[in-house]
Amino acid sequence: MSTPTEHLRHIPHERRRRVRAAPEPAARGAAPVIALDDVWLEFDHPVLRGATLHVDEGDTLLVLGESGTGKSTLLKLVLRLLLPERGRIRVFGGEINDLSFEEVLAIRRRIGKVFQNAALFDSLTVYENVAYPLREAGRKQEPEIERIVRERLEFVDLDPEQVMTKLPGELSGGMKKRVGIARAIASDPEVVLYDEPTAGLDPLAIDTIVGLIRKLQHELGVTAVVVTHDIRTGFRVASRVNLLREGRIEFDGTPEDMIASDDDYIQSYLQAA
Amino acid sequence: MNGFITSVDERMRGVALGVQEYFTLGARASRFVAARPFYWRDMLYQMDRIGAGSVPILFLTGLFTGMVLALQSSVELAKFGANIYIGNLVGASMVKELGPVLSALMVAGRAGSGIAAELGAMRVTEQIDALESFGTDPIKKLVTPRLLAGMIMLPLLTIMTDVVGIAGGLFIAVAKVEIPADIYLRGVWTTLALSGFVFGIFPRDFVGGLLKPLVFGAIIAGTGSYYGMNAQGGTEGVGRATTRAVVTSSILILATDYFLTQLLLVILPPVL
Repeated sequence: MSTPTEHLRHIPHERRRRVRAAPEPAARGAAPVIALDDVWLEFDHPVLRGATLHVDEGDTLLVLGESGTGKSTLLKLVLRLLLPERGRIRVFGGEINDLSFEEVLAIRRRIGKVFQNAALFDSLTVYENVAYPLREAGRKQEPEIERIVRERLEFVDLDPEQVMTKLPGELSGGMKKRVGIARAIASDPEVVLYDEPTAGLDPLAIDTIVGLIRKLQHELGVTAVVVTHDIRTGFRVASRVNLLREGRIEFDGTPEDMIASDDDYIQSYLQAA
Repeated sequence: MNGFITSVDERMRGVALGVQEYFTLGARASRFVAARPFYWRDMLYQMDRIGAGSVPILFLTGLFTGMVLALQSSVELAKFGANIYIGNLVGASMVKELGPVLSALMVAGRAGSGIAAELGAMRVTEQIDALESFGTDPIKKLVTPRLLAGMIMLPLLTIMTDVVGIAGGLFIAVAKVEIPADIYLRGVWTTLALSGFVFGIFPRDFVGGLLKPLVFGAIIAGTGSYYGMNAQGGTEGVGRATTRAVVTSSILILATDYFLTQLLLVILPPVL
């Protein structure tokens, strides 16, 4: 019988202290973990038009908005998979627009991302998928990698013996998402970005994913950004909500503030959702 | 009229941008050949897929091409009582042109489309974004191993196609035209030897016939990778990328063949 904190034993000592003390809201004036300042981006049409937002340590920021308003684009900008045309993006206190490729890699290794359709590598087994970020970082030996993979799979309530040798094509949608979460947290990231984490799942699978996001918040103190259309799910995990509209942040507050807002657009958005 | 000019202008800019991106991708993938980490396992896997996977189709291509060459040339040469030169004709045609070009076209259809489809599917399912988010350069991980695998395997496949084609010609020459095997084989060798030797050992035509597939291998892998990496619009986009990869690489192979032949005539001039 494993103890409730057994899965934490691999976490570095400094972080364990933070884990034991549940995440505190950032002190007033402390630098946010992620900050976008007046960010503009255009593809064949304008996507972001002066978006400004911040995520403090321990926050779980829910980003809402209609389709095509640039929610997923925000996540790509944070990982610098895209560059803005204008505006500043700061991650872990430093501006990332002008970093070298190696410096960007160092930032990316501190961030985990859960993709909309899990984005597991088709040709790799579950074990190889979860081990991938650890192997890429190149700092761990295989026995340690295997131990971490097993722990992460257990963390997301999957039996390593049952799933490790399976290919993604042999898993259900919910299991793929859980493996995606295990892979995102494999290298012990400080921030996890979730892109539509519950899209296409049945209610029971959604419950499982919500449980995992909460578990990561409460047990590992992970800072998170959740992009979703599913307001009901989002409100269950969010400490703050940002609503994107026409490329800008229309609302910034708690879920309760949003529900209580008398803004016509916000009310119509909530009712439609 | 203005609308037409604007449309043509936009189209031409799109083509120019595409060409620039194509060469940028090729240059970046080539640069990573000497950079660590090198993905050996991925390269060996791709060599198996491009090389071993293409053997049956190239075997049949070579065999029937050699057979039909021998059959057609026997009809024409018989008019001049020159049937004994079938070996010369089949050998020269296979080694100089048909072996390299037909091998490349078949591999473009089989492996080039596979590369575009695989990378396209990875693009639209965000697997390439996932690679980048884990700090992997997708060009280094996905394009460089395919490029090297193509450049290594296509010359080897071409040698096989040449040999099988010449053997197919031999079968027709002996069984149907009733020319002794040694006459046919001597004809093949004479043609290759007449063109001169590189370093005194390798027949010039044979070397030229192997330089071409080296370039064709890069074209097939590079074009498949380019269209796959830039696929957009779900499964339909993957289908479009696959079709474009095959069409573009086939045209590039045929056009490059002409310029390579011109170049080889300059750098490896035939002995007259």
